Amino acid sequence: MESNGDDVARILRDIEALKDTKARIEHRISVLEAQLQETVSLAPRKQQNDGVCNVSCPPISAADANLANGLSSDSVYRYSRHLLLPSFGVQAQSNLLKSSILVVGAGGLGSPALLYLAACGVGRLGIVDHDVVELNNMHRQVIHTEAYIGQPKVKSAAAACRSINSTIQIVEHREALRTSNALEILSQYDIVIDATDNAPSRYMISDCCVVLGKPLVSGAALGLEGQLTVYNYKGGPCYRCLFPTPPPTTACQRCSDSGVLGVVPGIIGCLQALEAIKIAAAVGEPLSGRMLLFDALSARIRIVKIRGRSLQCEVCGDNTTFNQEHFRDFNYEKFTQSPLSTSPPKLNLIAAESRITSKEYKERIVNGEAHVLVDVRPEHHYEIVSIPKSLNIPLASLEARLPEISSALKEKQPHEGVESGANLYVICRRGNDSQRAVQYLHKMGFNIAKDIVGGLESWAHDVDPNFPMY
Amino acid sequence: MQLTLEFGGGLELLCQSVKIHNVNVDLPKGAEKLTMKDLLSWVSTNLIKERPEMFMKGESVRPGVLVLVNDCDWELSGQLDTTLEEKDVVVFISTLHGG
Ligand SMILES: [Zn+2]
Repeated sequence: MESNGDDVARILRDIEALKDTKARIEHRISVLEAQLQETVSLAPRKQQNDGVCNVSCPPISAADANLANGLSSDSVYRYSRHLLLPSFGVQAQSNLLKSSILVVGAGGLGSPALLYLAACGVGRLGIVDHDVVELNNMHRQVIHTEAYIGQPKVKSAAAACRSINSTIQIVEHREALRTSNALEILSQYDIVIDATDNAPSRYMISDCCVVLGKPLVSGAALGLEGQLTVYNYKGGPCYRCLFPTPPPTTACQRCSDSGVLGVVPGIIGCLQALEAIKIAAAVGEPLSGRMLLFDALSARIRIVKIRGRSLQCEVCGDNTTFNQEHFRDFNYEKFTQSPLSTSPPKLNLIAAESRITSKEYKERIVNGEAHVLVDVRPEHHYEIVSIPKSLNIPLASLEARLPEISSALKEKQPHEGVESGANLYVICRRGNDSQRAVQYLHKMGFNIAKDIVGGLESWAHDVDPNFPMY
Repeated sequence: MQLTLEFGGGLELLCQSVKIHNVNVDLPKGAEKLTMKDLLSWVSTNLIKERPEMFMKGESVRPGVLVLVNDCDWELSGQLDTTLEEKDVVVFISTLHGG
């Protein structure tokens, strides 16, 4: 046994020694490589100085001789694969280097868009976001790394962009876009990319682009689908031309509720970068007056023709009076009936006596109270995680499954025939649907139903820190 | 009349999560042509299984739904008065806001 232990120790020592040697060799290789790089890059200049010019003649490098396009020799090398494209070339790259693009939102769409825009050499790249990096963002917000969890997304995204391309200007706008700051921020850029995740922001950004006369590259993704178009480009339609009336709030699903396959916003974000690059470089035909619809599940992309600018449009139409002042005073949250931030609403639908906190509920479990806990989340949520012994009846099927609740209550009744039977609690993810359920249960005669305030989120926060949240 | 109907952007959830429906729609009694108005009422009766308010508002689609007839916005073909022909493809898509 002891000789076995000796063997292990010896092997570990050998591994350590070899790793040391390996590190030293790798270091020597990189030093030599750097020397080689230096020698090679200096060689042509030396030759010119020595051979062609005397002391009074300033050195002329090949790049200096041909600076008419405004590209430095470093830029020529960095962007050479763009310059080699006959349909892009020096002119388009030069346009790109002189352009400025603002990306609103450094999330699922903004991440890939920013990476490509930084890499391709947009002269000035702005990033607006007020959020911080979270672990449950990372499956799709690929610009951020684990080291930045808890830090502002703008800071993280800007650092990533700078590490890709240190030669362009990156501007950090670490704030939420509002009517009070949007005009000032957007006016500093040639092109705007809408990479946000909610309806009021989309109306606000489009209206602001109209009053400032900026083209808007708009992308959206949810679940396994994506959509893309360019608004307000050379007389084309704006967002309001297409959607004059906001959709009902129930039709505005969020990634945090409905889920999203990470690569889907990735694809749409890349296409947004592409459209912005085309506009900035003045090449090709931007996706204006057309819309791209992407369905990941069936692997289908459809490009459809959409209406042109509407003469009756409230914001860009012929008789509109909408201007910067109106924009500043416009209430987008009221207009769309939904908040500008992505934070889900906190409803307060039922009376305090019909609600208990997660801590109170825990006490009742500890006290052995006879009760039934109904979890009204959708089945696929329940499958992720649930409180033991809870009964899953999704809100949508509550009406049809009331008998199940009645029989569960009967089973839990402490003593046969006792009137004051088991209690009934309802829980969901955040405490909104549970209130809707309790409201309905009261209406159907289950007057004892109480909702657990804040749902599983508060359970995880206040009672069981090991309870997985999603 | 043979038509292909497609639902997307979440609208498929209103018709049992099926995105593509190959359907046969009869002309209304006495009519010589089928319009989008006729088709909408056919869809609400025959395909929409839940939450009809998520699809229709009044006699048209609810705000936020784009209607495309043969890959073209129905605003360009006369909206509710658009006349449909054999083998036409009609897409109903809800606009997305996520990112
Ligand atoms: Zn408009």
